[in-house]
Amino acid sequence: METSNHSPFSLAGKTVLVTGASSGIGRATAIACSRMGARLVLTARDQDRLLDTFNQLATCGQDHVQLTADLTNSEQLEALVAALPHIEGAVLCAGNSTTLPLQFGSREKFDEMFDVNFFAPVELMRLMYKKKIFAKGASVVLLASIGGTHSFMPGNGVYGASKAALNAVMKYAAREYASRRVRVNSICPGMVDTPLIHRGTITEEQLAEDAKKYPLGRYGQPDDIAYGAVYLLSDAASWLTGHDLVIDGGFSI
Amino acid sequence: MNIQDFIENFASQFDETELEEFTPETHFKQLDEWSSLTALSIIAMVDDEYDVIIKGNDIINSDTIQDLYDVVERQQK
Repeated sequence: METSNHSPFSLAGKTVLVTGASSGIGRATAIACSRMGARLVLTARDQDRLLDTFNQLATCGQDHVQLTADLTNSEQLEALVAALPHIEGAVLCAGNSTTLPLQFGSREKFDEMFDVNFFAPVELMRLMYKKKIFAKGASVVLLASIGGTHSFMPGNGVYGASKAALNAVMKYAAREYASRRVRVNSICPGMVDTPLIHRGTITEEQLAEDAKKYPLGRYGQPDDIAYGAVYLLSDAASWLTGHDLVIDGGFSI
Repeated sequence: MNIQDFIENFASQFDETELEEFTPETHFKQLDEWSSLTALSIIAMVDDEYDVIIKGNDIINSDTIQDLYDVVERQQK
């Protein structure tokens, strides 16, 4: 059988936007996409940490771009959109989490979580579509969570609700954006070892104990999620839209 | 803040344990009702009532309600 150098999983020739690119899943996704041949547009709030990601990108002669922005600030979000080139792929990773029993989930706490996890990515995606920044056939990947769709552990309600709402918009966008052949999918990770989970509300001992509940014996690494994003961005996923891809080491089975 | 208010706020995160069982000397993690969700509720209650962010380790390292009160009081200053 004849072999070809062209892989349907390659991202060569694609410009890919990654938000939240300064750490965790966003950083790993940006680096993985660059290694698969993409030109990257990176954004995050923290300029120094963003530069750190930028310096880890595989170059392959690509002129990657970094744009600092706080996506919860509408002026900064609009400035970002105005600066964007045509985009063949977007992975919207910027997000936050909180561990809070529902009886303490005040409107203020919900607003804080929804501003970052829901309104910011939804508004960014909306403006990119409306202003025709997405190229025909582009692929959008939203970072949802099994906490919004499959697993309802005590203390995750405020966070999970924001991710559930995001996942619902993903499915509606998949239907509506299909007219321009723009695909929209989400990834629903289980617990991934990023700075977000090491803030001390849950102790390191509790995290280690919790990780044992995962059939594959560990929490996820950022690369586990990044490789799923690469697939969803690539031409290998050309007929896949409206799907929430669970990557959770078997936790939700 | 004072210890009596703290104890009442602390006790209200429990459903079955009687208020009389809560004193400064109570070893709260030994209460039958204690759970990881109670711990999260205590952390959230301290944030709400005292504007102090405590961590899971502050709970682990406290034996009595007085121990935890001292942690919160120190951080409030």
